[in-house]
Amino acid sequence: MSVTKKHVAPRCRVVIFSILLALLAIIAPGEALQAQQNDAALQQALAGLNVRSFKDKTAAVVALGELGDARAVVALEALTEGRLYGRKSDQTVVIADRDDRIYKLTDPVSGAALGEAGSRDIKKIVANNKLRGIIRGVLGQLALSSSDPGLRLAAVENVIASPTDGSLALLKRARDRETDVGIRAKLETGIATLELGADDITLRRAAVSRLADGNDPEIKSLLERRLLKNSDGSFVEPDDALRAAVQDAVDDINDRLALFGLAEDLIFGISLGSVLLLAAIGLAITFGVMGVINMAHGEMIMLGAYTTFVVQEIFRATMPAEAFGFYLLASIPAAFVVAAAFGILIERGCIRFLYGRPLETLLATWGVSLILQQMVRSIFGANNREVANPDWISGAISIGGGVSVTVNRVYIVVFALVVVAALAAFIRYSRFGLQMRAVTQNRGMASSMGIRTGQVDALTFALGSGIAGVAGVALSQISNVSPNLGQNFIVDSFMVVVFGGVGSLWGTIVGAFGLGIVNKFLEPVSGAILGKVVVLVIIILFIQKRPRGLFALKGRAAEG
Amino acid sequence: MGPISRRLFALESRKGWAAIAVLMVVGLFVVPFLNLAVPEGSFFHISTFWVATLGKYLCFAILALALDLIWGYAGILSLGHGAFFGLGGYAMGMYMMRQIGDRSVYGNPDLPDFMVFLNWDSLPWYWFGFDQFWFAALMVVLVPGLLAFVFGWLAFRSRITGVYFSIISQAMVFAFMLAFFRNEMGFGGNNGLTDFKDILGFDLSRDTTKIGLYVVSAIALVLVYLICRAVVSSKLGRLLIAVRDAESRVRFLGYSVTNAKLFVFTLSAMLAGIAGALYVPQVGIINPGEFSPAKSIEMAIWVAVGGRGTLFGAIVGAFTVNGARTYFTGAAPEIWLFFLGALFILVTLVMPKGLVGVYRSIRSGEMRDAILRRIRRVDV
Amino acid sequence: MSMSEPTNSAALAESILYLEGVSVSFDGFKALNSLNLIIRRGEMRAIIGPNGAGKTTMMDIVTGKTRPDTGRVLFGEDVDLTHLDEADIANLGIGRKFQKPTVFESLTVFENLYLSLKSDRSIRETLFARLRGEQNDRIDATLKTIRLTERRDDLAGDLSHGQKQWLEIGMLLAQEPELMLLDEPVAGMSDAETEQTAILLEEISKDRSLVVVEHDMEFVRDLDCVVSVLHEGSVIAEGSMDSVQVDPRVIEVYLGR
Repeated sequence: MSVTKKHVAPRCRVVIFSILLALLAIIAPGEALQAQQNDAALQQALAGLNVRSFKDKTAAVVALGELGDARAVVALEALTEGRLYGRKSDQTVVIADRDDRIYKLTDPVSGAALGEAGSRDIKKIVANNKLRGIIRGVLGQLALSSSDPGLRLAAVENVIASPTDGSLALLKRARDRETDVGIRAKLETGIATLELGADDITLRRAAVSRLADGNDPEIKSLLERRLLKNSDGSFVEPDDALRAAVQDAVDDINDRLALFGLAEDLIFGISLGSVLLLAAIGLAITFGVMGVINMAHGEMIMLGAYTTFVVQEIFRATMPAEAFGFYLLASIPAAFVVAAAFGILIERGCIRFLYGRPLETLLATWGVSLILQQMVRSIFGANNREVANPDWISGAISIGGGVSVTVNRVYIVVFALVVVAALAAFIRYSRFGLQMRAVTQNRGMASSMGIRTGQVDALTFALGSGIAGVAGVALSQISNVSPNLGQNFIVDSFMVVVFGGVGSLWGTIVGAFGLGIVNKFLEPVSGAILGKVVVLVIIILFIQKRPRGLFALKGRAAEG
Repeated sequence: MGPISRRLFALESRKGWAAIAVLMVVGLFVVPFLNLAVPEGSFFHISTFWVATLGKYLCFAILALALDLIWGYAGILSLGHGAFFGLGGYAMGMYMMRQIGDRSVYGNPDLPDFMVFLNWDSLPWYWFGFDQFWFAALMVVLVPGLLAFVFGWLAFRSRITGVYFSIISQAMVFAFMLAFFRNEMGFGGNNGLTDFKDILGFDLSRDTTKIGLYVVSAIALVLVYLICRAVVSSKLGRLLIAVRDAESRVRFLGYSVTNAKLFVFTLSAMLAGIAGALYVPQVGIINPGEFSPAKSIEMAIWVAVGGRGTLFGAIVGAFTVNGARTYFTGAAPEIWLFFLGALFILVTLVMPKGLVGVYRSIRSGEMRDAILRRIRRVDV
Repeated sequence: MSMSEPTNSAALAESILYLEGVSVSFDGFKALNSLNLIIRRGEMRAIIGPNGAGKTTMMDIVTGKTRPDTGRVLFGEDVDLTHLDEADIANLGIGRKFQKPTVFESLTVFENLYLSLKSDRSIRETLFARLRGEQNDRIDATLKTIRLTERRDDLAGDLSHGQKQWLEIGMLLAQEPELMLLDEPVAGMSDAETEQTAILLEEISKDRSLVVVEHDMEFVRDLDCVVSVLHEGSVIAEGSMDSVQVDPRVIEVYLGR
């Protein structure tokens, strides 16, 4: 289950994009006079781009950078993309987008449309690679002087990630005027990474000692590069003492990263544990309380996930866009009802004839699961259905050391715990919960006291199925919604219940989180899949010692 | 039904032997004859495709017998028999893989293609010996047998019974699937082992080889049937039924339930391994899909459809369900899972003794009585 | 476990079953509380007591189904039963009948007894065993004792409840145990069957020691043997039926509260 990865790659692009958006937003009706002055200066600097010689163009770009006016960003971006043109009629600089044969012109500063032009009316302002490099630096420079600290921080990260010749000076200038402590520290780190390659050994030394107390894997690899040899056999870092210091710094960072790695394993383990818990709670009812082996349990989860998909489509079709994010909340009761209804159907139509014959129940419910899978495949198709993450559970939280957690994972942990707590309270305090416990403890006695045991059976099974459906809502957010969804969980969830101890809700919780964490801790050692294999083997061995699980009932109650 | 105790020590009644003989003649001689001697286009001609398909069914029947031995008699429902079947298949696949030699795509005489592809420079230790048929054949029974012995010892010793055993045996086969999907395991990962050229020098693409494999499978089925028959009609067979009926009573009689189960489970795993080994050369591929839990659980339904606790029923069930699969996947693939699912439900709900049970109750008139009773009840 | 010598070495010498200070608890519930019990060789002993007194747990301990937390359990003079499993204990010569009649329902009466006959229990022997003439004779003799000769070839599942109880007793007999533990042998039997069972048990007890747990007081009186009364996991009275019936503690346990 690799879920966290997909958010990492597009992050850079998202950052740049958001900088641009925000920069445009800054262009607000501010101090009028200054704006006018600035306007004139900006127009003048822009006009400087519309020259033939690259040397002059470069000068104009640098001038734009020194001007520090964020509105130049659009024009500079357009220049690197080859969309910046000079209008022959009045020599003004425009952005032109080709539309079939004609070009649509816009003003690079105001964004206003300037009509259309033919290819002969305008002339492209050409950029070469050298110029593009300079423009990148200037763009970074411009963002570095933004008034929004968040944007500045992003700009700093951006510059550090892809440094150019001028970056060092740029960062130093930014550091000198920076007031925010956090960004300043970031700038210092950035400067240090760039100064690692400086000719002056004191600068290098300072850089190494500065970088030694970070915990960024990228800085670590930067440092490690200083330990390598050049192609001619000499060391990248010529000074022996400093090389030793670099080695120490790398070791320090490694130690700290190991700690973060541990934290990461723990967090991901808890995350996996919450998924297992969600998948297994329903089973804790049907298998743990009723003793029914429901091999279609996974399909109840799948039905919950497909219900989420349907509710999403309904919201998309009927609700205003701003309400769309709430489809997930609406899906929870819907999934419960759908799965519970199927649960009643299965219990009344099949399982109730098989009480006391667990192996037959197992086989019959397997048949049910095949039918449900094929049913869903016939209705919705065999391919994955896309269920969107609403905005309020999108994104990721970074906790340092290159470790980040996606928000939906956090929600799922919370959700799983809430569901278990609600279930436990329901069983403990509700009238139906009392009847349920009565029937499972002594069916004959309960029956003679006027409890309709058949009804209680059906409703208990519906409860377990409904909860599986609710789990499906949560799991639709992190795994593919396909007819095979349930199959992926069935072995795992049975393992959780068996490991935790049949009939014990508490055991299910401990079992789920225990297995989740053990699994994640094994993964780095043995690889993801083998980690799972090892966990299965551990469970099989564990059952040797405690055949009835962690939280087993002892004595007569266990004999049934 | 005659006195059961009289039959206790007879391997097979005279009628039973006659039936076996007839089926053997049909299986061993008539089918190959109709394929080889009857001209194509004739109504009686059986195409090589069908001979190969029947050969596959024969392997499934062996597998069903193995499962019936432990489920039908000792009451242990293993949902992990695919592991034994698959391991037997892999052992045979490894032999045939080594036979390819330098005829492979990469042409490396010592390494199978997938190892060359993974940049391995030598054969892993566990591939040694598989260039010899006798060694591979030994492994076909030893590896599943050893796995079953260890797994069974762990499970039976701590008295894991009933559904618990079913669940952990399913987890076991699931673990095998995950492990064999990995390239690093050295069994070809996802793609498994395939592109076999020949077996014992016989070209696998030739029809005569296919018919030969069919005949060998048929003989193996008869032998496996006789082995199972011998076990279930022995005193040990009665003991297994006793374990199924009242395990603790068996213990208090002084028998070791663990040993009895272990014996029959290990035997069953070895037979399943043989089935896998015969299956792989006939289909030309073995991959981790054979370890999927769904396949293992489907085996149980073959036995249930035929009638568990009767060896003949297991064979009937394997042929019936797989025949249906061949028909449906050709004619209406989307119906197949509905059909299979319904089969699971119906057999457990209304036909717990399977086809053999239905046949018996029709013959003994129970069925007629039951129907009459129902009709009368409706009348009243 | 303490290394203390048995308190009563004379009793130990002639005992077939010796329990001393046996305690066991499940989740805090003390099923047996320092139980002492001595069964002499050849004796028939009845054990009575209200529900939850620990009667079945006592049998579980003796037959190896449950391990005691503390205490000694000796078979004969020196065989410690606390470390052996059910099959070992059965092979030593202790037979047990369950509370609920437990026979192999899908086997015939004959097959049930055949499996029970004293013999080598190893898997290899069992696989290659052949029915011998004298075994057949022994089965027939046992069938006669338990009055099931007529039903020799019927499935045990088709027997009546009382007949199943007898078959189970017959299976114990076929085992030729030195000590038989019977848990409620007449539960669910008709009066006639109960009477016959009492006669059957007396016949059986001639050759071996017998411990009978029973609720049916009339039946226990018919057995005419020493009675031990169990309450909350220990023996509170021992003696003839008449003497325990007037014991004030026994009366309180059965009638009080």
